[in-house]
Amino acid sequence: MSDSVLYSALLLVSLGVIAAIVLYIVSKKFYVYENPLIGEVDEILPAANCGGCGSPGCKAFAEKLVNSDDISELFCPVGGNDVMKQVSAILGKEVAEKDPTVAVLLCQGSCEVRPKTTLYQGPRTCAISSMVYGGETDCQYGCLGDGDCVAVCDFDAMYMDENTGLPVIITDKCTSCGACVKACPRDIIEMRPRNKRDLKIFVGCLNQDKGGIAKKACDVACIGCSKCEDVCPKDAITMDNNLAYIDPVTCTLCRKCVEVCPTHSIIETNFPPKKIRKPKEEKPKVAKVASVKANVESEKKPADA
Amino acid sequence: MLKTFPKGGIHPEENKITSSKAIKKMPIPKVVYVPIAQHIGIPSEIIVDKKDKVEIGQVIAKSGGFVSSNIHSPIAGTVTKLDMIVDTSGYKKQCIVIRTDQKNETNFEEPVFPLKKEITMDQKDILQHITNSGIVGLGGATFPSHVKLDLKNDNKVDCLIINGVECEPYLTADHRLMLEKADEIIVGIQILMHALHINEAVIGIENNKKDAIKVLKQAAQSDKRIKVAALQVKYPQGSEKQLIKAILKREVPKGGLPMDVGVIVHNVGTIFAIYQAVQYNRPLIERVVTVTGKNIENASNFWVKIGTPIKDLVEEVGGMPEGTRKIVNGGPMMGKAIKNTDVPVTKGTSGILLISENEASRQEAKNCIRCGQCVFVCPMGLEPHLLMNLSEKGLYERLASEDAMTCIECGSCSYVCPSHRPLLDYIRFGKSIIKKLNTAKN
Repeated sequence: MSDSVLYSALLLVSLGVIAAIVLYIVSKKFYVYENPLIGEVDEILPAANCGGCGSPGCKAFAEKLVNSDDISELFCPVGGNDVMKQVSAILGKEVAEKDPTVAVLLCQGSCEVRPKTTLYQGPRTCAISSMVYGGETDCQYGCLGDGDCVAVCDFDAMYMDENTGLPVIITDKCTSCGACVKACPRDIIEMRPRNKRDLKIFVGCLNQDKGGIAKKACDVACIGCSKCEDVCPKDAITMDNNLAYIDPVTCTLCRKCVEVCPTHSIIETNFPPKKIRKPKEEKPKVAKVASVKANVESEKKPADA
Repeated sequence: MLKTFPKGGIHPEENKITSSKAIKKMPIPKVVYVPIAQHIGIPSEIIVDKKDKVEIGQVIAKSGGFVSSNIHSPIAGTVTKLDMIVDTSGYKKQCIVIRTDQKNETNFEEPVFPLKKEITMDQKDILQHITNSGIVGLGGATFPSHVKLDLKNDNKVDCLIINGVECEPYLTADHRLMLEKADEIIVGIQILMHALHINEAVIGIENNKKDAIKVLKQAAQSDKRIKVAALQVKYPQGSEKQLIKAILKREVPKGGLPMDVGVIVHNVGTIFAIYQAVQYNRPLIERVVTVTGKNIENASNFWVKIGTPIKDLVEEVGGMPEGTRKIVNGGPMMGKAIKNTDVPVTKGTSGILLISENEASRQEAKNCIRCGQCVFVCPMGLEPHLLMNLSEKGLYERLASEDAMTCIECGSCSYVCPSHRPLLDYIRFGKSIIKKLNTAKN
């Protein structure tokens, strides 16, 4: 009885020893040198593996950071300047400093203001429906509403609003990795600087049609009237193909353009309510669009969505 | 046993409602919208300006390169604007808008073209005429014809195949053309044979058009080089590769052209256009369009000027029937639904099909049950279920290695799928991505 216990114990021990020796030899023989810095840098990176930096994952980005001589072009949008500074401290290389950005949706064409004129029955992905035609509405530049951007967001920072049919970006969760920008076939999502208190002013429209046609397709379309361009004190607004664009760098957030826009296609977010000088001239619709946007963005995503 | 292609294929309900309706002349439209991208390849360049007066057959947009084509004014009138109009692609594209001059008599004259059998031009002139006349493949693919005829020295072409198959359900445009213009088509074939020094031509016609087979056989009696082949009725026999395989048993290599196996294929419509261009110097400004649908009273075939808005055609057949859900440009298998009836007829419009709600609606896609129907019917020998999965998952390199690019987009797989899976939608999408990746690589 005791013999069989002894034999089996011995057998197992010797097996273990042999395996250990083999493993030791193999690990020595096939040892791959890895720069320990890679591990260190990888520790600092956010481990989101979102691909926002252009590398397939954080580990790959860490390797790239360690191996390249000049890393001023490389940037981790999720970690931002803090992480890049730490990387710089470890590697002793210069890093670029970038203003933090956030994704914004350049379309306000909800079901109410942009009526559907056709019915699409194919697979519900923006990529395929945009290949087939200009979309269910008469605006061929706006959101298709099939949520390709929401599907690619790794950070739960987006959801589809069932009432408006548009995606909503939860600014607090957005890491500006840029996955949604790449996924959108219409280029409706833009990365804009996240200013102090997240104040933003941008044109929420991409319609390049002439004013009348654009307005017919969507109530809140930019009609290319150039009023905002005229009123802008800093020349931050440019008109191109019947469409205004506000340069986020030059814009001083004076909000003059918001007031003059006849179709309310310029969106302001997170501004405190304006001091009322002439109470009668207050424009309720502007305030409404802005405040709705602001509220929605600061809201947390519903738990069941 | 009639000839056909060996692999795959389906036989959808034919519904050739209009096959006994003679081709009518459409009244001259008040306004035409002529898109500059009517063919595969580079869009044409506009050479007219706002307020210009144009004549019938005047070049209004010049060929933009080798794989491109001239576009001619279908009517005499005034260019009112150069506008962006939703065309058959579903997007707004550049169009030349011409308002018909109601007083100009040439608009309303019916030009008579008696049969002209003598071929007086030499080879070079014929090809030049075809190039100048803006002729593209009228079967639906709209590939510029002169490119197909531009033979390199190392390609020896010994057979010309004329595609009179018209395998799409509903459409009868080619069928009627063969019946009514048989002699002209034979002369057109002789012109091409003369220009390309080919001594054999075969007209392929499916056996559901027995009258056309008879008429063309009679017309071709005098010329021993031209044969008529009756083919078994099977979709997609009108596809170039399938047709060559059916008639000559030659297989076009992967990624190759019919030229590689010594064949050139042209549609009967194209042949007729070539006849008119060479014998009467008449550019391609009108074509036969079948306007059909189960609920239309006066469904028929029409000679339609390029650029006529589809709403004019719908009016001509007695207005939009109640409950119409979908308007398809082309046949039900390969055609594409259009966004509204302002879309103009282009060189590639072979039919307008109005489909009612219960026929048009797509059923909900369910899971693949691995029945293998799609593989069984694929005429190119592909595995559509696999291609769809790869495309859905974004594995484009694998998709390319599974020969997705050889897919002819006939839609047989989506047609037979018992789970109503959108197979072709995804394959087409995958193909477009592969194309993009390939151009990015080069």
